[in-house]
Amino acid sequence: MKLTATRGALAALALSLSALAASAQENPECIAPANPGGGWDFTCRQVGKSLQDLGLIDQTMQVVNLAGGGGGVAFAEVVNKRNDADNLIVAASSATATRLAQGAYPGNTMDQVRWLASVGADYGVIAVAADSEIETLPQLLDQIKADPTSVSIAGGSAVGGWDHLKVLIAADAYGIEDVRKVKYIAFDGGGEAVTQLLAGSVQGFTGDISEAKGFVDSGDIKVIAVLAPERLGGAFANFPTAREQGIDAVGANWRGFYAPGGMSDEAYDEWVSKIGELYASDQWKEVMAANGLAPLDLQGDDFQDFVEESVARIQTISREIGIIK
Amino acid sequence: METLANLGDGFAIALTWQNLLLALLGCFLGTIMGALPGLGPSNGVAILIPLAFTLGLGATPSLILLTSVYYGAMYGGRISSILLNIPGDEPAMMTCLDGHPMAKKGMAGEALSLSGVASFVGAFFATWGLILLAPQLVKIALLFGPAEYFALFALAFMTLGGVSSTNQAKSAFAAALGLGLATIGVDTQTGVPRFTFGEVHLYDGLDFLVAIVGLFALSEVFIFLEHRHGGSDAEGRKMEIGKLYPPISMLKQCMPTMLRTSFLGFLAGVLPGAGASLGSFISYSMEKRLVDKKGTFGTGDPRGVAAPEAGNNAAAGGALVPMLALGVPGSGTTAVLLAVLLALNITPGPLLFTQNPDVVWGLIAALFIANFMLLAMNIPMVGLFTRVLMIPSRVLMPIVAMVSFVGIYGISGSTFDLLVMIGFGVMGWVLRKLDVPLVPIILGTLLGNAMENNLRRAVTIDNGNWLTLIDSPLAITLWAIAIIGFILPLVIGARVKSGMHVRRDEEGSISD
Repeated sequence: MKLTATRGALAALALSLSALAASAQENPECIAPANPGGGWDFTCRQVGKSLQDLGLIDQTMQVVNLAGGGGGVAFAEVVNKRNDADNLIVAASSATATRLAQGAYPGNTMDQVRWLASVGADYGVIAVAADSEIETLPQLLDQIKADPTSVSIAGGSAVGGWDHLKVLIAADAYGIEDVRKVKYIAFDGGGEAVTQLLAGSVQGFTGDISEAKGFVDSGDIKVIAVLAPERLGGAFANFPTAREQGIDAVGANWRGFYAPGGMSDEAYDEWVSKIGELYASDQWKEVMAANGLAPLDLQGDDFQDFVEESVARIQTISREIGIIK
Repeated sequence: METLANLGDGFAIALTWQNLLLALLGCFLGTIMGALPGLGPSNGVAILIPLAFTLGLGATPSLILLTSVYYGAMYGGRISSILLNIPGDEPAMMTCLDGHPMAKKGMAGEALSLSGVASFVGAFFATWGLILLAPQLVKIALLFGPAEYFALFALAFMTLGGVSSTNQAKSAFAAALGLGLATIGVDTQTGVPRFTFGEVHLYDGLDFLVAIVGLFALSEVFIFLEHRHGGSDAEGRKMEIGKLYPPISMLKQCMPTMLRTSFLGFLAGVLPGAGASLGSFISYSMEKRLVDKKGTFGTGDPRGVAAPEAGNNAAAGGALVPMLALGVPGSGTTAVLLAVLLALNITPGPLLFTQNPDVVWGLIAALFIANFMLLAMNIPMVGLFTRVLMIPSRVLMPIVAMVSFVGIYGISGSTFDLLVMIGFGVMGWVLRKLDVPLVPIILGTLLGNAMENNLRRAVTIDNGNWLTLIDSPLAITLWAIAIIGFILPLVIGARVKSGMHVRRDEEGSISD
């Protein structure tokens, strides 16, 4: 009798354990496909912290840094080994889409995972040093048009990466014929690139608004164009958009998450609704405001479509400039 | 005066029971993590972030915990360098060069406590530097463009001859090997993968930690296996520990070294593109050039222990300058700290000192507290650490192997890295047989990428004009130091060498 009771208890325990394992709630894990300190790491940690603060998850989100291959190692890991994990989300951004579009994750494509939701977008900026003679984006692009060798533009991504593409999108929109002539210097991260702008080694900076904000506040650099559809709110309202200067260039570094391709619909919906709830909260609005994230409210299928579109668009640009064939 | 008042406020913030306890916890965990091969300061800090969040700590207490771990790990890295000849993290590599020979000579206790004092001195002055000069120092970082960074790295490599072994050709070979390994990965200047063979794990290049653990720790295990197999002196590690505290005369002898290298290390830390590894490296090689008249560096010279330790701890403090004042991390660890600040809704940058003075000054006060705590904690623990030497190799080596594998897998979660590590282990074993120094390989791998990128940036910015490399007074100065550092030993080298042989003979006759 006693034995069966113990057995029953054990069985119940095993059942409840397996039931728990199926839930997104249990041991939530977020893979940041980069070393600690970068944008993906920030996305995981900030979202994990806010989800917990809001009581949407009971446990601390475990952040795993799986660096390598510009996110490719994590992508391959999720596709190959964690394909049916229900408790796992992975931080992603425009950089992920760019690499997927350019085939930089060997053997992987965007439809191998399920795209969950976005948590905001970081619009691209083009900036010059505060003491520069250049005041507007057309002035900068005119100078490049006249003599491409006279202007070096620094950014935090490798050649062909998102920071580089943003300048090219603007140059393309302005009618610069051979955008490959635009001189882009790759640095290790936006911070180093801004520092070199301040040091006077380069004439222009391309990056995200969050990277530039601190230096604008201190008066060290001036933003000559935000690559947003319309002026941003709050502290960023002073920055002119490229559009209002007659250059139809928009470049948003969105931040969001994907989940393993084999995640159950139940868990997928749960994550989508949780991140949606997070996005709608006041606390997240504050985080966004503090970090220069602009609204980009896409969940579930909408987000899936959005990523598909971006991948297609980046492929077109990359082909035009000869990064892919 | 205002600075001192601010600092006073900082201490008022930092000196609560909770914060002191956090600092103590951080120092302790940091020391352990630093000492374990594979776990360095950046991983140590990253691992503890969830703890800080789970405890619901505010901005200042979180930072106190995490910077204590940071400073603790910088202290701890030296322990395994000295005792086992396995660097606990990258900057501790240079401490192997003289620390381990000292331990072999039966001076392990002295080496450990001396390096503890050197760490303290370095960190102490760096913290003062941070207080007094942070806003001004940022301007130094702005003097360094790509051309100047390239000159700085070239300087590091040109003084390399001073680093190890008597055979310069082998040092040069090792450095070239390291530089070659550094080219693996996606080339950021063109976006093209090099030597990756379509393997996505290699796109970001080789991980230095994996290389270090393989080259140093695993090769040690292989050497042991080989000796054990041959039945030779595998048990012959009965080392003497010696005194636990360095004599005053040794401290006196090392004090000028510590002061000079604190300064150098601090400067290297301030430059966002340089970091603590370069700090400890330049400290060691410059100090060798300066005071090593008798050629004792590399054979267990206490100054060779003091120099890199003061240098790398000062660099750790220096690296906080660009992080706080520019929001630009100067090292892997400060990148993690930066992320923590951002997660706490604090944006470091030019305005941090005026907008969040409580955070900055609380942090600085915490650094002082952590530093004193570490000194107080490390010196009495020397006796405990040295017990490691009493463990017979047949017990110790399996532990080293286990910690290496678990450590690397724990950080990267990838079996590919384990294979790379084993590859490096075999390579390290072969190279040791050939008497090729291992340190230049790591330096090549560590600095090669940054060196190459800065060269190409500089030349691209100036449209292919190579003269841009000597276009500024700062660059010319750096080149001059580099060339003098390279030529001078060649000129006077012969004389010193002959003197060295004479003295070795004398030493030999005494000890036999």
